Amino acid sequence: MPKLTIDGIEVTVEPGTTVLQACEIAGKEIPRFCYHERLSIAGNCRMCLVEQEKAPKPIASCAMPAADGMVIHTDTPLVQKARKGVMEFLLINHPLDCPICDQGGECDLQDQAMVYGFDRGRFAENKRAVKDKNMGPLVKTIMTRCIHCTRCVRFATEVAGVQEIGALGRGEEMQITTYLEQAVTSELSGNVIDLCPVGALTSKPYAFTARSWELRKTESVDAHDAIGANIRIDARGKEVMRILPRLNEAINEEWLNDRSRFAYDGLKRQRLDMPYLRIDGRLRPVQWSDAFQAIAGRLRGREGKHIAAIAGDMMELESIYALKLLMASLGVTSLDCRQDGAAFDPANRAGYVFNTTIAGIEQADALLLIGTNPRWEGTLVNSRIRKRWTMGGFRAANIGPAVDLTYPVEQLGNDPRLIEAIAAGRHPFAEVLDKAAHPMLILGQGALARPDGAAVQAAAMALAEARNMVREGWNGFNLLHTAASRVGALDLGFVPGEGGRDLNGILDAASRGEIDTVWLLGADEIDMARLGSAFVIYQGSHGDAGAHRADVILPGAAYTEKEGLWVNTEGRVQRGHRAVLPPGDAREDWTILRALSESIGQKLPFDSLQELRGHLVKAHPHLGQMDRIAPAEWRAPATKGALSDAPFELPIKDFYLTNPICRASRTMAECSAVIGQGKHEATGTHG
Amino acid sequence: MLEDKDRIFTNLYGHHDWRLAGARARGDWDGTSEIIAKGRDWILDEMKKSGLRGRGGAGFPTGLKWSFMPKESDGRPHYLVVNADESEPGTCKDRDILRHDPHTLVEGCLIAGFAMGAHTAFIYVRGEFIRERERLQAAIDQAYDAKLIGKDNTNGWPFDLYVHHGAGAYICGEETALIESLEGKKGQPRLKPPFPANVGVWGCPTTVNNVESIAVAPTILRRGGAWFAGLGRPNNTGTKVFCISGHVNRPCNVEEEMGIPLKELIEKHAGGVRGGWDNLLAIIPGGSSVPLIPKSICDNVLMDFDSLRAVKSGLGTAAVIVMDKSTDVVKAIARLSKFYKHESCGQCTPCREGTGWMWRVMERLVQGKAEKSEIDMLLEVTYQVEGHTICALGDAAAWPIQGLIRHFRPEIERRIDSYKSARAA
Repeated sequence: MPKLTIDGIEVTVEPGTTVLQACEIAGKEIPRFCYHERLSIAGNCRMCLVEQEKAPKPIASCAMPAADGMVIHTDTPLVQKARKGVMEFLLINHPLDCPICDQGGECDLQDQAMVYGFDRGRFAENKRAVKDKNMGPLVKTIMTRCIHCTRCVRFATEVAGVQEIGALGRGEEMQITTYLEQAVTSELSGNVIDLCPVGALTSKPYAFTARSWELRKTESVDAHDAIGANIRIDARGKEVMRILPRLNEAINEEWLNDRSRFAYDGLKRQRLDMPYLRIDGRLRPVQWSDAFQAIAGRLRGREGKHIAAIAGDMMELESIYALKLLMASLGVTSLDCRQDGAAFDPANRAGYVFNTTIAGIEQADALLLIGTNPRWEGTLVNSRIRKRWTMGGFRAANIGPAVDLTYPVEQLGNDPRLIEAIAAGRHPFAEVLDKAAHPMLILGQGALARPDGAAVQAAAMALAEARNMVREGWNGFNLLHTAASRVGALDLGFVPGEGGRDLNGILDAASRGEIDTVWLLGADEIDMARLGSAFVIYQGSHGDAGAHRADVILPGAAYTEKEGLWVNTEGRVQRGHRAVLPPGDAREDWTILRALSESIGQKLPFDSLQELRGHLVKAHPHLGQMDRIAPAEWRAPATKGALSDAPFELPIKDFYLTNPICRASRTMAECSAVIGQGKHEATGTHG
Repeated sequence: MLEDKDRIFTNLYGHHDWRLAGARARGDWDGTSEIIAKGRDWILDEMKKSGLRGRGGAGFPTGLKWSFMPKESDGRPHYLVVNADESEPGTCKDRDILRHDPHTLVEGCLIAGFAMGAHTAFIYVRGEFIRERERLQAAIDQAYDAKLIGKDNTNGWPFDLYVHHGAGAYICGEETALIESLEGKKGQPRLKPPFPANVGVWGCPTTVNNVESIAVAPTILRRGGAWFAGLGRPNNTGTKVFCISGHVNRPCNVEEEMGIPLKELIEKHAGGVRGGWDNLLAIIPGGSSVPLIPKSICDNVLMDFDSLRAVKSGLGTAAVIVMDKSTDVVKAIARLSKFYKHESCGQCTPCREGTGWMWRVMERLVQGKAEKSEIDMLLEVTYQVEGHTICALGDAAAWPIQGLIRHFRPEIERRIDSYKSARAA
């Protein structure tokens, strides 16, 4: 272990540590622009120069490995002079347009210039002007501000896995560009905005809307997918101005996908801000009491078997739990939370969570993907897999439609029966899994949302057992969910009870008239036409498919507008916080259910969120452990069945349009048109 | 003055046959297998004894550099890379070696490759050297045909030699940028450490040497390190090809003993300065990167690493650029600044921003359109660039200006004054 002296402080560091990291351990802050912990070292900004005794020149601390006996000085006149020199060079061609720059207030260059900048310039020549580049609908470029740190280039190449950002030209003519001046075809492109130390790459949707110091920052959890990325919601007044990632090494590191980051403008559009009631075939705004009266009239005295409830994809635990209790009080057993109709055993928790954990992917050395496109279904799971792949000694194979995952994947075919072949050792990939120390598989919803879904799950679990994926200290069996609410709802048991019907059963029964009242809790992804003539109560935040079909609309809160618990695909419980209030008459969803319960004479046993949570945790103790994963006990699959040979279909057709918030977002619509599926649907006469 | 018997490049002017037969007649490929048979340690020892310092400009001891390669391979192959990306303005020595004495280089590659455990060598040839590359390739083909190199050659060290053609960027002459370019990437210098001897081409141990350093090795080993060390002065031994250009009567390349007085070099080989020695203004003694020296220093200075360093210049590539009194010396240096601004790779801040700044100020100084205080500011900027960059291009851009200000400040001030008075009138 190298031992070095930094400004007189002796520190011992791990081998492979850089001098810059050693300085940080010693409590010395080193200014930097190009260096970033999660990217390769470029060493090109030269801001981190420090003095090393016996070295002829100042050294770039970010790139210099710490060696035994080094004596480093971080604050000598030589160092100060070198940094001031570098700062002057960075500023001579920088436009100094901070007053109109969106990075202002959170700009590394601005901050460092306070310390190392001169109070006036000596540069009497003309400044460089650089043409702005098109980077698509998300990233705004003002390339004159660029200081060529190449963080964006390295991020795109290394983390996002798309070689679409680079530097053209050389010397002072060097320009960062997307080569073809088009949107970066990555779901992670927004992260370059956070990485850019200056205002060269900023958020296009956020442009000129707010200053960072005006914003109220709320730490919360993302609900656009089942990853549960940690986010910070920046709001001003009652408006969400932007969403940024928050560091969580176990989940999203410091990245965020573009949908979670940019769909926030959907929170302001298509909102349900008052209750509606269908009167004479038309939805009309009404008072809460009228809506409740209509629902009470419908439910009172109705037998439970004629009622069903479906929980949507973005709902928090509390409202699902409240709805479950309410339905239980009415004797309703036809409940389901799997809007995609996925069939699997909801009683076997190890069979429906991501057992390996997202961080655990980094230990795996062989991966089998089944019916999934993790790039769209769990972008940050995919970036973790890519990270693992870049470390080397990793093989991945896929059963399902071939997709570009940004790392090499052996395409085995799209025949479900391959699962059995690998389980039985009849397929060459079985040997790869056997040789691996930590083999894992990821089963996607595309493999489950089909008639033989339960059989696919059972076969995959059998494969996991046969190929030694499940053992003491390692569980390589994983289900990748697509919905933020899914695992939580499964944990709460929002699934068919005694004699109850599952999603397809509910829809079939509704179209036949056997079920005549359906409660949709933020459920918009089902085929509304199959609801037949049922009386539909829609509780949710957006005027999407469910609201259009509804007979009563109860306006609820979006994920940014409520306190709530979410359980991610790993089974990790996380708490989200309210950043803004729901619009108009809309209310937090559990309060709606609580209020309604009273008007139908089935009063729910809690009057506050604390009471509700106490109740919930008492019934499900593991959901009270924040930020932890309750380990799921492995049990052999219960159901066995025949696998069909029908190929798997992927559940997400357009990454940018997966839920009501996205579909209300103009930014997402533009992304869909420019990068996503919409691109292919446009014809010559479009635009 | 170097005696003919001590010349290494006996066909520098192309008067004789460059092909294998001619090269053999001049002594190339003589006893190569015996040299190899003496073993790696003997070769390294002789090279160290010879005192040969790298001929590419930095003057690092060649034998020492070779000894940095791992003794045993850890499974990775070793590579020798020859830097034939000769782009330093004023320098054209490697070009003549490639054209007229290519077998000295081919043989040197084999021996150097053996000495560092490399079975493969790449010669990275400057993009503009089209005919030179063809000539070199022909010489390599001849050596293959004669089984002097190749998988099962008669010299007992399996060895393949590849010629790689660059695309004409000056920066690719920097060893790590050259490696990047050789790998097919954009030619940008790498951070050091790790050094190429540890992580070089495709992550494998690599040594990058100048053409001349490699081409002199076989003769040194044939005649012994002591012979080479007996020429020149201590720590500045042997012979060196000097490239004399500019305001002389007969510009030429000439192989001479290290430490020859500059004046003697020019008078004897280049026919003297145009208009006589007293018409001399200044000389850039080692290629465009090194600071110029005025006539007063040229009168007595010796041409070797240490003597030139003592007068705050450098031997560099030994490309002597002579400027007589008709020269607009400020404009000459401004042109060099433009060159460095154009060739900066743009990777690191001081060089990317500094070279453009320095050039623009230099252009104004040419006209005198500046304040006198800007001379000191410019000097300060050069020190802000120097030593703060990834590679030496920043230094190379700074030094000529420092030399100019050191020796010709009155001339710059005169221009500023005359510009001002012209404006006032």
